[in-house]
Amino acid sequence: MMPLPLSLPPSDLILMALVIPFVGAVLIALAGRWPNIREMVTLVTAVSLAVVVWSLIPVLQEGGRPELKLIEMLPGLSIAFKVEPLGMLFAALASLLWIVNSVYSIGYMRGNNEQNQTRFYVCFPIALMAAMGVAFSGNLLTLFILYEVLTISTYPLVAHKGDAATVRSARVYMGILLGTSIGLFLPAMIWTYSLAGTLDFTPGGILEGKIAEPLVGVLMLMYAFGIGKAALMPVHRWLPAAMVAPTPVSALLHAVAVVKAGVFTITKVFVYIFGIDFLFNQPSHKLIIWIACFTIVVSSFIALRQTNLKRLLAYSTIGQLSYIVLAAAVLKPLSEVGASMHMMAHGFGKITLFFAAGAIYVASKKTDITEMRGIGRRMPWTMAAFSVGALSMIGIPPTGGFISKWYILGGAIQDDNYIALATLVASTLLNAAYFLPFIFAAFLYEEDVKPKKDHGEAPWPMVLALTTTALLTFAFFLFHQPIADLEAQILVK
Amino acid sequence: MTLYDQLPALVIAVLLFTAPITYMMRLHGFPWAVATLSVVTAFIISCSLAATVFNGETIIYEMGGWSAPYGIALHIDALSALMAMLITGASSAALIFGARSLADEVGEETAPAFFSAWQLCTAGLVGMVITGDAFNIFVFMEISSLSTYVLVSAGPDRRALIATYRYIVMGTIGATFYLIGVGFLYMVTGTLNTADLAARVGATENIRLVLVAAGFISVGLAVKAAVFPMHQWMPRAYTYAPNAVTVFIAAASTKVALYVLIRVDYAIFQNSIANHDIQLTLFLVPLGVLALFAGSLLAIYEKNLKTLLAYSSVSQIGYIALGIAMTSVAGLTGAIVHMFNHGLIKGGMFMAVACLAIRYRSVNIANLAGAGRAMPWTMAAFVIGGLGLIGVPLTPGFISKWYLVLAALEKGGAGAFLIAIILVSSLLAVIYVWKVIEVAYFKAPRANAVPVTQEAPLSMLIPTWIVVLLGIWFSIDTRMPVGMASRAAEILLGVK
Amino acid sequence: MEILGLYNYVVFAVLLMVGLYCILARTNIVKSIIGLSIFQSAVFLLYISMDKVDGGTAPIIQPGAPADTIYANPLPQVLILTAIVVGISTTALALAVAVRIKEAYGTIEEDKIQEMDREL
Repeated sequence: MMPLPLSLPPSDLILMALVIPFVGAVLIALAGRWPNIREMVTLVTAVSLAVVVWSLIPVLQEGGRPELKLIEMLPGLSIAFKVEPLGMLFAALASLLWIVNSVYSIGYMRGNNEQNQTRFYVCFPIALMAAMGVAFSGNLLTLFILYEVLTISTYPLVAHKGDAATVRSARVYMGILLGTSIGLFLPAMIWTYSLAGTLDFTPGGILEGKIAEPLVGVLMLMYAFGIGKAALMPVHRWLPAAMVAPTPVSALLHAVAVVKAGVFTITKVFVYIFGIDFLFNQPSHKLIIWIACFTIVVSSFIALRQTNLKRLLAYSTIGQLSYIVLAAAVLKPLSEVGASMHMMAHGFGKITLFFAAGAIYVASKKTDITEMRGIGRRMPWTMAAFSVGALSMIGIPPTGGFISKWYILGGAIQDDNYIALATLVASTLLNAAYFLPFIFAAFLYEEDVKPKKDHGEAPWPMVLALTTTALLTFAFFLFHQPIADLEAQILVK
Repeated sequence: MTLYDQLPALVIAVLLFTAPITYMMRLHGFPWAVATLSVVTAFIISCSLAATVFNGETIIYEMGGWSAPYGIALHIDALSALMAMLITGASSAALIFGARSLADEVGEETAPAFFSAWQLCTAGLVGMVITGDAFNIFVFMEISSLSTYVLVSAGPDRRALIATYRYIVMGTIGATFYLIGVGFLYMVTGTLNTADLAARVGATENIRLVLVAAGFISVGLAVKAAVFPMHQWMPRAYTYAPNAVTVFIAAASTKVALYVLIRVDYAIFQNSIANHDIQLTLFLVPLGVLALFAGSLLAIYEKNLKTLLAYSSVSQIGYIALGIAMTSVAGLTGAIVHMFNHGLIKGGMFMAVACLAIRYRSVNIANLAGAGRAMPWTMAAFVIGGLGLIGVPLTPGFISKWYLVLAALEKGGAGAFLIAIILVSSLLAVIYVWKVIEVAYFKAPRANAVPVTQEAPLSMLIPTWIVVLLGIWFSIDTRMPVGMASRAAEILLGVK
Repeated sequence: MEILGLYNYVVFAVLLMVGLYCILARTNIVKSIIGLSIFQSAVFLLYISMDKVDGGTAPIIQPGAPADTIYANPLPQVLILTAIVVGISTTALALAVAVRIKEAYGTIEEDKIQEMDREL
């Protein structure tokens, strides 16, 4: 993979990664009246963004850390960007999947005859721009700014349908995300600034020696719950509430961009603000492990009881996100790498699952798994992809989820952390418990709830998209080594 | 003696001397034109004065050549210049914006009197911030108040009259209390010049009288600044005044009273009364906290959009009061920056409301259903202003909150409590802002409502967006407001 | 200091309270405005009484007056002239508003006006 704009200096590439989606949003707004041109602009924007972002990868593999400083916002604090391996992975994942998601969206929006399509297509690039900004941020202030932009730009997408129930759920979404970020994340950030005098992401952290127990624990908890996008319990309610959004939104944003922004932020705070070694020496880091384990187990139980497919996937996501938080909090080299690998593996797997759920909805208007027996015969490609995604969630080779689980388990063993081990084993079993029966029923049983009208597969763009992401899951299993090597760079001080 | 040296006096003189000219204009549109011209000139002069004092210098100008403390001296430093820019800027913006909406609401016959009152009001407010004489502050205060009463009473609804009457009563009580306080200070020190007062108040043994004076002055100014619970006059006055008037007074007038409070407390009392900061904290912190909650809670249940924004202002003034009470460079910087930022935010929001009013003929929230689709640009401006009230980054409110939280952190344990309050009230702001957003974007217009298909007129929409974009600009490139505010805080606290 | 020597301050305080009471306790707008006037007069008295010097005369220098003439303090007198002017303007404005209220509402009783506004 040797993409083109290598002649440009890396800081320009960072700037382009932010400007391209913004310009795209403006052009989409202008092209609102001509749907085909509008969709074309979306695809071109997505592809150019991915090209720009992926061309930064070689720079990083060699150990480079491109920087870009924009403007000094407060005395001593600027809006600055600095690319490092964690952020690179997140940005690469989001930009790649945006292309696939755009193809899928076209199929979904047209297949369902949705209204307000221009508003939908305009908000997506802005959300992606914010995600790129979060990924490439060089200090906590820049990250916070773009984190909030992400929240606000996704509101119109969540409230897309516009009916009373959707607006109410969207209220929960905004309430929890804004409440946690302004109520906990912001004071934690300002407190960090007043302790350390800076907010730059520095390998080894900036809080060494500046704060002690028990205040470290308080600060850690403020970050853990303040970064509501990571959906640790009890601030997780926004994720099921966001399922009222159209499935392309749930797929890219709530399986990839928004939630990954959350766990990415937590990981970045742990690694670059607290510092792995500093945090490991503080007893209160075990609190986070407990909270993550609790979230994993409880969310899996709740998922077991769900019959609405999207809500089931939402609770599954909550659990999977806590895998990443757990891995990050174990603070051992293997698990840190595992955390970043799982961001990718879960991204590919979950987006496939959501794509499949949306395909089922568009084709048959069904949302409840009890009505979906036998649907595997009508929609074989869709259910096959779904199975691949489910296997990745459970962690069975040859899917990507197996690799990341391997790393996380390795890190837990390195730490002799039996709680983490037990939780991982238990949740694997629970994942199997809520995915496998559905898959068997879909393929092997007779259809007992007749659909309203006869249907086959979903529209072809959707099927193309979900097949692509399922294949990416396999690809991740096979070609994960360069990614692991890149992420291992974060362990070097 | 060049014209440049006379600028401090000119900024008021231009406004005062052109006011009678405005009154004499009877042709359609001329009163507005003359008023706008003179206010814009005053704005340019304030900007030039601000450029001079940006680096911490102070301009002292003696009226009539009589030297202080016998004569009245104008004293312009970073704080005064920032406030003068805010006042004249808000005035110009509101006038340029309001050409259309004022023509709508204020009749032809009252226009000459109305616009000359506008100029006098601006002159009074600017005079308050640049003078260095305590009694002169009272004179300008009353000049601005009396003209504000005239402006508010020109509202089309008859409830404007009763709102004006209540404003007159409370405003006069406030100003009179301030006058009593100044009288007591004069009795103790024999001078009225603020710099001289600062020196002499410290030297006197008659502390009890100084404390009584401080009490009267603080309460009087608190009435004028609409600090809870002396805020009663504000919501109705803002609601029933003509929309462009609300833009101006929401951005400027209560801030000026807070400016005088800061000046009097920090320039005169800070170094002379022992434990002044504790007393100031005991006075302002409870009122500030109450203002934050009461204002937000009252806003949540309000059905009239202008009244909702007025109650929101009550709670934002609570932030400023908290910042003043924190007696630290960060706290004062936060308070002063918020005076400026809130002027931008509320000015823009009231402009958006005026745009809505001119098409919908109503400011009742329920009647504005569907405004997001019918008037997208106007509602977008309103939403950005609302995000500023919440304190989302990239809006002015974020910068103010940053400094306030930073200042609270310096206070240790008690600071944690203050931080919680500051942030919880931001979340309350989410509730009332989102209430409006949901009605505008997600509710269908009522069946019997006035059908609105047009955006607001460009003459109103463009100034609104200029103000909104200025707000975003100043929250990214914060050198000017934060620079001047922190310099002002340093000067006030005597830190160099 | 004897209390009797400070009787001017007592008068000031009494008038202040009388004025405030009138403003707050009366529902008739004109009566409230009268209270406002009384309230402001209290302050005028405060200033004027503070500048009286024992044995002082009006502060105007007469040609040929002895050099050791005692004058009353002119500054507060000047200040209070300004304040009286402000007070008159305020009273005039308030009365003008009262006239317009009467035209618009038909009454100048505040409680009736509140009722009429509530019905809207």
